[in-house]
Amino acid sequence: MSQNLVELSVNGSIQVMWAWESDTLLHVLREVLGLTGTKNGCEAGHCGACTVWIDGIPRLACLTPVGSVVNSEITTVEGLGSWWQERHPSSHYHPIQRAFVESGAVQCGFCTPGMLMAAAALLRDVKFLTDQDILERLAGHLCRCTGYEQIVQAIRQAALTEVTEQ
Amino acid sequence: MTVKAPDLIPMSLGTNVKHRIDAWAKVTGQALYADDIRWPNMAYGVLVASPYPHARIVKIDLEPARTRPGVLAAIAGPGSVAPYGIMPSTQDEQAMATEKVIYLGEPVAAIAATTLDAAREAAHHILCEYEMLKPVLRPGVEQARPLIDPVHPERPQKDLFKEVDLEFGDTAEGFVHAFKTAEDTFFYQGSAHVAMEPHSALGYWTPEGRVELVTATQTPHYVQRELAVALGIDTYRIRVRTSVVGGGFGGKSELFPHEIATVLLSRACGRPVKITLSREEVFYAHRGRHPVSMKVKTAWDNNGKIQAMDFQSVLDGGAYASYGLATTYYTGALQTVSYAIPRYHFHAERWYTNKPPCGPKRGHGTTQPRALLEVHFDRVARELGIDPIELRRRNLTPPYSVTVNQLEVGSSGLQTCLDKVESLSNWHARHVRHEPDRGLGFACSTYLSGAGLPIYWNSLPHSGVRMAVNRDGSVQVFCGLTDIGQGAETMLVVLVAKALGINADRIRVHTADTATTPVDLGSYSSRVSMMAGNAVLEAAQRMHQILKDSVCAHKGVEPSQVTQDGEVFHVQGDEAVPFTQAVLWAEEDIGPLTTFGSYTPPKVLGHYKGAGVGPSPAYSFTACVADVKVDRGDGRIRVHHLWVAHDLGTPLHRPSVEGQIRGGVVMGLGEVLMERQVFNPDGRHRGPHLLGYLIPSIQDIPPITVAVVGEPDPKGPMGAKEVGQGPLNPVIPAVINAISDAVGIDLNETPVTPDNVLRALDQQSRRQRL
Ligand code: FES
Ligand code: FES
Repeated sequence: MSQNLVELSVNGSIQVMWAWESDTLLHVLREVLGLTGTKNGCEAGHCGACTVWIDGIPRLACLTPVGSVVNSEITTVEGLGSWWQERHPSSHYHPIQRAFVESGAVQCGFCTPGMLMAAAALLRDVKFLTDQDILERLAGHLCRCTGYEQIVQAIRQAALTEVTEQ
Repeated sequence: MTVKAPDLIPMSLGTNVKHRIDAWAKVTGQALYADDIRWPNMAYGVLVASPYPHARIVKIDLEPARTRPGVLAAIAGPGSVAPYGIMPSTQDEQAMATEKVIYLGEPVAAIAATTLDAAREAAHHILCEYEMLKPVLRPGVEQARPLIDPVHPERPQKDLFKEVDLEFGDTAEGFVHAFKTAEDTFFYQGSAHVAMEPHSALGYWTPEGRVELVTATQTPHYVQRELAVALGIDTYRIRVRTSVVGGGFGGKSELFPHEIATVLLSRACGRPVKITLSREEVFYAHRGRHPVSMKVKTAWDNNGKIQAMDFQSVLDGGAYASYGLATTYYTGALQTVSYAIPRYHFHAERWYTNKPPCGPKRGHGTTQPRALLEVHFDRVARELGIDPIELRRRNLTPPYSVTVNQLEVGSSGLQTCLDKVESLSNWHARHVRHEPDRGLGFACSTYLSGAGLPIYWNSLPHSGVRMAVNRDGSVQVFCGLTDIGQGAETMLVVLVAKALGINADRIRVHTADTATTPVDLGSYSSRVSMMAGNAVLEAAQRMHQILKDSVCAHKGVEPSQVTQDGEVFHVQGDEAVPFTQAVLWAEEDIGPLTTFGSYTPPKVLGHYKGAGVGPSPAYSFTACVADVKVDRGDGRIRVHHLWVAHDLGTPLHRPSVEGQIRGGVVMGLGEVLMERQVFNPDGRHRGPHLLGYLIPSIQDIPPITVAVVGEPDPKGPMGAKEVGQGPLNPVIPAVINAISDAVGIDLNETPVTPDNVLRALDQQSRRQRL
């Protein structure tokens, strides 16, 4: 086995690197590209901390071989703000980031990047959110600090902002 | 190209801090946790762990690994020059095992390589030979079966780590004259912290022979101190800094083998070395909740007032001491702080076993006895025909009193907590609801706002703050405290903004660095707001005085003629002086502006051995009501609602306070319904991963009503007491009491699994048939 030249599109820019096909996307993002916003909580698909978007869909980077995403667009927490700004030029930050800050949804912050990526996709996909939607889409994201309530509040708040801003 | 300024989002309005000061860094991916940090030329380390819980080490051969690609260093042997441990009198750990391994997962060697993959690959080539011994998996089992090798054969007391016996008043007499006596036993299962961030550390042995350690720890100053012992070098040569920490809950409160290993590997290869534990390794590093078997006996008069209590606990400590000495005492210390118990006897034993070491987890040693105590009180209430909340009310420890074990209780809002959850939950209507198999349960609890004594007994301050006001008008606060996610840094800003009357965005905090910040003992025992809070207030008051003096001097007026309002000093009959001008004048007068503040808790009252565990400057109080439904078919418990009232004196930062309460309550819910750190008969962990060890997910959370009650405490900074740990404690017994109310079964162990419920229901129906 040998390393391959891999071309990835991450947060809107093209990155070229040598990698093993079996390297996980999590490893490549954190160790090769230095995008450490995406967290490693278990390396086993159990905690949700490593969630990124692959072509807009939230996926666990720790279970994704980098070879499988060479033709995809990857978005991490570092790119969430610019993703939003492309669509809403008035702000550098996604409303969910602001809502997490304002709702007290961040404590230690280790689950936060994964939560944000899941929540932002949810807000994008579902126009009129119910609490049931939130519970379903965040079920795979463990948080040990908050007891989740303020996270749910943040998502509700962001849903309102998004609606009013459009 | 036009450059657009980022949208401005105020973190604070004037002296009012709206949001946590670290929140933006965390939502943008900018916050650097230990595993996110990379130093130039850094190597990656891994630990090699024992696959057996109890075995003699026959041979460890590093040579085959040394020649693997990318390998820079491989080490085995004790690693430390002397045994170390967090409690000075029970230092029994080495970085790596030498003669014997005593828990599965105990490190025996460490290896550093240019990449993590290379290090992991090479680790498989270290040859370890063991001679297996029978594991000791239950406390005291060697007494019954003398042929079993003890975990620590070298100790005169073998595996009995500690025995404590304390009596206050004549307990026997209380039982002789009792109107009623009652007795219960309970087994509280062990559990793990499961902070979402696995432990991680970067160590560097510099060419000058200094040690740099950046680590996810709750206690950088203790880590520095222990590291000096372990490495046998002067403390001043070691600098420990805490990275952003992804949760602690007690699990990162002392020196760990991987922290020493980074430094030793670095010494061996000349490069900085990072070691990040895998999730599995975190379950082995552990230091979590002790499994405890308990027995309580109480004596009561005919008015439902408690006359005497006898409390016994046996702790399963795991392989090493950790904080176990304190834990042992804590299983008996705080019973009297909630209830006025006039005669009290307490006996405890902690035993070594071949399991990962237990230590402090949120509620440290008070969670287990609290579960039994509150379940027991409910049963006594039932037998005496008194409402359970009323029974507690008759027995509350009054505010500003001294308990029989010499603990000085200050403010207490326990009565208010009781009233609050009683009315919120509509408690008295519970028996007219008539929904089958549904019930309400009550419990209350108490916790410390910091331990009255430091771990190393001395009379130095427990927390120190250095404050500087720069010419630019910024306020720089230096304090050794550690923000592990609870919001400790935000707490500092809240207090400084209020005390100096300035805009909070002037304030920056610099924390958790043994080189640049004065000692704060660390984020444990819920001490930070109380101790660092008081220290920072002292520094701020002194700074305020300096500024005011300069205004007086430059204006030629008396202090009585100057008042401060926000960032303005008003001078009678003269122009107002802005804060920034006062700063410049003061620097002109005395040079760079620096003040200090520190905090030392009040003297401990008791003089008996063990009197050091339990005292605190102030106690927090919590009450909880749980509404549950029991499914008789599958034994499952559904929690419909929790009401929690917590007395923390003055809430300093509302969103953080609410977050701490909710987080603690949900952790308690996990402990009572699902969490257990358990082992197979061969000593293997039953599931050292997040599928084998379940913690509450967003779908497991009932509606939780939180009430913050209480009056400002005279000892707390601006009246504040703790909130980080207390709210966990009453949840466990409240749920068990609710189950009893719902279906009439008395459960005597945690966690309450469907199996346990079905078994109890089965026994109940068999009894009824008889
Ligand atoms: S790190 Fe990917 S799910 Fe935990
Ligand atoms: S904020 Fe700490 S794990 Fe969610």
